[in-house]
Amino acid sequence: MALTARRQVLETEPLATAKTAKVAAHGVTVFYADKQALEDVSMDIRGHEVTALIGPSGCGKSTFLRCMNRMNDTIAICRVEGEILVDGVDIYGPGVDVVHLRARIGMVFQKPNPFPKSIFENVAYGPRIHGLAENKVALDDIVETSLRRAGLWDEVKDRLNEAGTGLSGGQQQRLCIARAIAVSPEVILMDEPCSALDPIATARIEELIDELREKYTIVIVTHSMQQAARVSQRTAFFHLGVLVEQGDTEQIFTNPVEKRTQDYITGRIG
Amino acid sequence: MNLLTLTTALLVLAALAYRVGQRRALRLRTDQRLAALPSHYGAYVALWCGLPAAALLVLWLIGESQIVRLLVVGALPAESQGLAPAQLDLVLDEVARIAAGTNLFEDDSLAAAAARYSALRGISDLAKAVVVMAAAVAGLVAGQHLVVARLRARDAVERLVRGALMAASTMAILGTIGIVASMLLETIRFFQQVSPLAFFTGLEWSPQTAIRADQVGSSGAFGAIPVFAGTAMITLIAMIVAVPIGLMAAIHTAEYASPRARAIIKPLLEVLAGIPTVVYGFFAALTVGPTLRRLGDTIGLDVASESALAAGLVMGVMIIPFVSSLSDDVINAVPQALRDGAYALGSTQSEVIVRVVLPAALHGIVGAVLLAVSRAIGETMIVVMAAGLAANLSANPLQATTTVTVQIATLLVGDQVFDSAKTLAAFALGMVLFMATLGLNIIALRVVTRYRQAYE
Repeated sequence: MALTARRQVLETEPLATAKTAKVAAHGVTVFYADKQALEDVSMDIRGHEVTALIGPSGCGKSTFLRCMNRMNDTIAICRVEGEILVDGVDIYGPGVDVVHLRARIGMVFQKPNPFPKSIFENVAYGPRIHGLAENKVALDDIVETSLRRAGLWDEVKDRLNEAGTGLSGGQQQRLCIARAIAVSPEVILMDEPCSALDPIATARIEELIDELREKYTIVIVTHSMQQAARVSQRTAFFHLGVLVEQGDTEQIFTNPVEKRTQDYITGRIG
Repeated sequence: MNLLTLTTALLVLAALAYRVGQRRALRLRTDQRLAALPSHYGAYVALWCGLPAAALLVLWLIGESQIVRLLVVGALPAESQGLAPAQLDLVLDEVARIAAGTNLFEDDSLAAAAARYSALRGISDLAKAVVVMAAAVAGLVAGQHLVVARLRARDAVERLVRGALMAASTMAILGTIGIVASMLLETIRFFQQVSPLAFFTGLEWSPQTAIRADQVGSSGAFGAIPVFAGTAMITLIAMIVAVPIGLMAAIHTAEYASPRARAIIKPLLEVLAGIPTVVYGFFAALTVGPTLRRLGDTIGLDVASESALAAGLVMGVMIIPFVSSLSDDVINAVPQALRDGAYALGSTQSEVIVRVVLPAALHGIVGAVLLAVSRAIGETMIVVMAAGLAANLSANPLQATTTVTVQIATLLVGDQVFDSAKTLAAFALGMVLFMATLGLNIIALRVVTRYRQAYE
């Protein structure tokens, strides 16, 4: 049944989009034990754009995000059907090394989760485990570049050996972004990265997301429609485990096709 | 009326007071708003009824024997009155026995005193019952009159409960202080006979001071270094066994085991902690010791049948659950968010464990190990049965050795006089042991608390 659904999607989808899309999901269906969390989601995520996933709590947007780097694998009762192609390769296919996949598709979480190590070690963690730096100088270089890209360098350059957990919430989140980009991912998934931050720190992260778009493909889950409107080029609206509508952000917010999208954006549901 | 009847009566009265208070509050509630629940008013009246009366009873019980004693002394024969306090106590004990009819010797000279004693006890018992019950009833009446709608009965009751809880927590501290004080006195007496320098730096331990001067081995040497060294060695062997196995078991149960395997393995490991140490003791002495000896024979090593190795190995097995259970808890307490963060960077499971989870749990693990060490230092039964008595200062774990706890046990077993250095040495050793484990526990708790703060 899932197979036939997948085939239908493949047939209806023009081959060209599957090639230009950085990430292409086809008929993704997710169960937590017997409970269905996501039903037949198909969408394309284009490279070097910010795609926002919006929708009310429990609509499946975070679940979908976590499918893209197979973080759902860490949940024993979670089952994923359908396929997600990254650069045309199904990440749920046989022979895909989840460790390599996650190095290519980074993730930033809702609550800042720096490791209980120094600021330097937090950023150096990824390059170390993947052997990206040949020597100390190269490692220093990666750490500095990553912190600069995350807009944190000037604030922490004199205290790289202090604990990452000692930073403020907004700084911790930027540290987590620096940690994610230190492994040079192609895609960065952000799961409500600003929900634990104050407005000023949020504005800082939003600016950063816009800058990062140049080098990375970004998918961001957010509860804030203003945030989605501010940072994203594409928006997808999820409701009750179904992808209701996707399109250019401007179109979704000004002229949605679906009535449910309209209702959500104007605050009638959710 | 004896004590049991009296306390029962008091409790019954307090229960009655509870009903009275509750009823009164319920009656008040028909036309007024109460400041607390009816049950609080009930408890309030019950406390008024029970507490002052109980306090009075306790004071009475404490003071009673002193007062009776003073009055009885007056009735003793003149020659007894002038005795030294210790001997006077013996005479008064005899008086009490005569009054109770359990005396061993007939002694008519004490008959008057015994009669007086019985009479006084009788009066005291009766007066006690009357006074206490009167206090209880008075408390009940007073408490009941205090019950008005705006009385904040809950506050009063809760304040009292808080006080009781605090008293309970102080008990533990008082216990520690009491234990230290009792050891301290004997320790000081020991160090009056043996110089601390000789005790802490001496290399020969031979505490068998003789009763007669011409006896063999009457020298008595109190150099405790060999004893401390024995404890250190056995503890070291135990930790070499327990720390790696315990830690690896914890990593397995916390990170790798399926929920079902975990549900089986964890309780099984904890069964080890429930085995009485005396059972471990004969396992060490009768199974492990001889096995090691045979093994040693086959490869040409001379292994004593009571060896530090046997005791240490078995002690290590005993300590595994302490290390594994505590470590498992701290590993589980590492936030899932940290694991997710590491996985999202493309870590393998072993990288997550070695580079993120274990460093994050390190404080807790160190705390667990320190607690295990203090447990090993204080362990007695296994070493008594399997380690031997001879205080050899040797680094060879295949020989018999002795530990602080073994020496304490042997020094205090049997009839002892409490003014010889031999007996008092046990207290000095105990004091050292206590200080060592106390220090370790304090450090361990500090480390663990610091670790907890990092995530709260």
